[in-house]
Amino acid sequence: MTQTRAPLVVLEGVVKRFGSHQVLTDVDLVVGAGEVVVVLGPSGSGKSTLIRTINRLETIDGGRIVVDGQPLPDEGRELARLRADIGMVFQSFNLFAHKSVLDNITLGPVKVRGASKAEARDRAMALLERVGLADKAGASPAQLSGGQQQRVAIARALAMQPKVMLFDEPTSALDPEFISEVLEVMKGLADDGMTMVVVTHEMGFARSAADRIVFLDQGRVLDDTVPGPFFDGTSSPRAREFLSKILAH
Amino acid sequence: MPFQYLDELAEGFLTTLSLTLLSAVGALVIGTVLAAMRVSPVPVLRAVGTTYVQLVRNTPLPVLAVLFALGLPVLGPSFGFFTWAVLALAVYTGAFVCEALRSGINAVGVGQGEAARAIGLGFGQTMRLVVLPQAFRTVVPPLGNVLIALTKNTAVAATISVADITLRSNALITSSADPLGVIGASALAYLVITLPLGLAVDRLEGRVAVVR
Ligand SMILES: Nc1ncnc2c1ncn2[C@@H]1O[C@H](COP(=O)(O)OP(=O)(O)OP(=O)(O)O)[C@@H](O)[C@H]1O
Ligand SMILES: [Mg+2]
Repeated sequence: MTQTRAPLVVLEGVVKRFGSHQVLTDVDLVVGAGEVVVVLGPSGSGKSTLIRTINRLETIDGGRIVVDGQPLPDEGRELARLRADIGMVFQSFNLFAHKSVLDNITLGPVKVRGASKAEARDRAMALLERVGLADKAGASPAQLSGGQQQRVAIARALAMQPKVMLFDEPTSALDPEFISEVLEVMKGLADDGMTMVVVTHEMGFARSAADRIVFLDQGRVLDDTVPGPFFDGTSSPRAREFLSKILAH
Repeated sequence: MPFQYLDELAEGFLTTLSLTLLSAVGALVIGTVLAAMRVSPVPVLRAVGTTYVQLVRNTPLPVLAVLFALGLPVLGPSFGFFTWAVLALAVYTGAFVCEALRSGINAVGVGQGEAARAIGLGFGQTMRLVVLPQAFRTVVPPLGNVLIALTKNTAVAATISVADITLRSNALITSSADPLGVIGASALAYLVITLPLGLAVDRLEGRVAVVR
């Protein structure tokens, strides 16, 4: 199955260092169109760094990253254009604090895509409807719960009609009671065929939504497999240890 | 009594007021551009911004004013002293505006800029649409201080014969033989500008505070 999908995101031998500290070592990863890849790994293993290299929020020191057939360009207009096609959802939401919910969502379509205000507004309202927050269009981010803010952040990313969505621990800053509302939106996206790379500790989501699990440890991909075999008994001792710790509670 | 001199200082007051307003606008523009340069990803721009701030901030304003009014005309441009005074004040104050803004920009979380870039906004758009509007709000108080200092600094114009409050009072002191009265009137005239400015800054600060 996976092999027949056109590759949308390709990482080849990616190396990343912070000073002398090598955070990613020869990372290879192919994400096919419509595929949902969940990245697991212990804290500090390089999951955030990996996902941030895909839209070049982190530059890389070696290897190659190709998105939709195009190698990531250097900082500039062309990179901005490519970033518009890559949705990103952050752990800390990062909604624009000085803008209303609606303006958070319309900013990109109007300023980057050149959509008319009315057009952007209609699409934003439809997206707010989809994430269940149509009544919050006029609110400011600070008036929303964490779960609501994260759903707005997802709507903001979707408004750009991205080819792929990146999620960096989208629920780990949330109070437990708000986690499922965000996971449900993500599940809906996955079901609709969105290509997704998701860093998460939510094993339920990984099991049910992922097409593939990538296990990262100390900046290396130790496992890259379908969820069933991974959870039923991965061959990697480090991954087994990680799973037993995480599933213990 | 100071009040009897206010009439005679009226013209100087208007001059000081226009010096303040014009150089404030210039300083805000210069400072904003400099701040954007100092936080830009382009090393050359950063270096130019830093050098400007270091040079200008560490030159005494009277030296700068004389340098502008007497030095620059040698190189070609010829303006009146009033214009040179405005330029010197704008260039000087721009460095302080830059530093106030930069502290504000640094106070805006990195996540805001990252989110902006992630939806495809370029560096300029990210600054203009996301970072600076938030930075301005946190820098209203320090920026207010810079503008109040600017008002008082306009007195430097007197050293290059611009007939502002200070120059007029100096003349009045000689002709009236009442230094205390004249100085009092002069202080009042400056307060007429700085007090409302201070109040306006306080109100603005309350209005624009970003709820986080
Ligand atoms: N900007 C940075 N400068 C220096 N070191 C960094 C930077 N960002 C990350 N690191 C280091 O890189 C390593 C990997 O970090 P990363 O954030 O990618 O891990 P992670 O797997 O996302 O961890 P977590 O589960 O805690 O989020 C860590 O050792 C971290 O300290
Ligand atoms: Mg992380």
